[in-house]
Amino acid sequence: MSVTETPVIASALLTNEVGLHARPAVKLTMLAKSFAATVELALEEDGPWVDAKSPVKIMRVKAPKGKLLHFRASGSDADAAVAALVGLVARGFDENGGEDADDA
Amino acid sequence: MTRKAAANVGVVIVSHSSKVAEGAADMVRQMVGDAVPLAFTGGNVDGGLGTDVAAILAAIDRAWTPAGVVILVDLGGAETNSEMALEMIDEKRRGRVAVCNAPIVEGAVIAATEASGGSPLETVKRMAEELSPQ
Repeated sequence: MSVTETPVIASALLTNEVGLHARPAVKLTMLAKSFAATVELALEEDGPWVDAKSPVKIMRVKAPKGKLLHFRASGSDADAAVAALVGLVARGFDENGGEDADDA
Repeated sequence: MTRKAAANVGVVIVSHSSKVAEGAADMVRQMVGDAVPLAFTGGNVDGGLGTDVAAILAAIDRAWTPAGVVILVDLGGAETNSEMALEMIDEKRRGRVAVCNAPIVEGAVIAATEASGGSPLETVKRMAEELSPQ
């Protein structure tokens, strides 16, 4: 058995009314891009996985409310990347109650 | 941590309509914040529909960073005038300006999102153009 590196995997439920529309898709990719790890997204546990740093690919996912988003990351900050993305989804992409001006 | 805007590729929006240009820029700002330099121009000198080379040059200047800028346009004329503006730009900058074949609003949003991560000019252009039929 060869295990080069076990990817970090976690999932979060999409609770936004209109699902993963353009604005949350952009937030998701911008957050993914802030990490060195490779980060991927899938709508099913076994994929297919798409590059979470690609705005075009993520905008095309168009997941509806109630869908479980799966994240997979590999690399030095993979844990932080997955935790951050899961957090973003769990917070409803900070879309409730106005702008989150805290984007670093 | 995102790179400072000053080091990212800038986005320039050129529309025949000043309202479209401003509205598209508003949408980009709302979604991407100020992570990338952004400039827009639309309409001709008389305030009517059209594009103006001088205004495009000024917009390129406003959005300029050493990483260069991408230009999103909305119809043939905007592209023609943008290409014309390109010919008038300083030789040193010319290689770092790219007109994208992409829908103006979605292209600007995709370009700005990609640029916000520090991607180089060629990548930003390519990402925006993935939206258009190849």
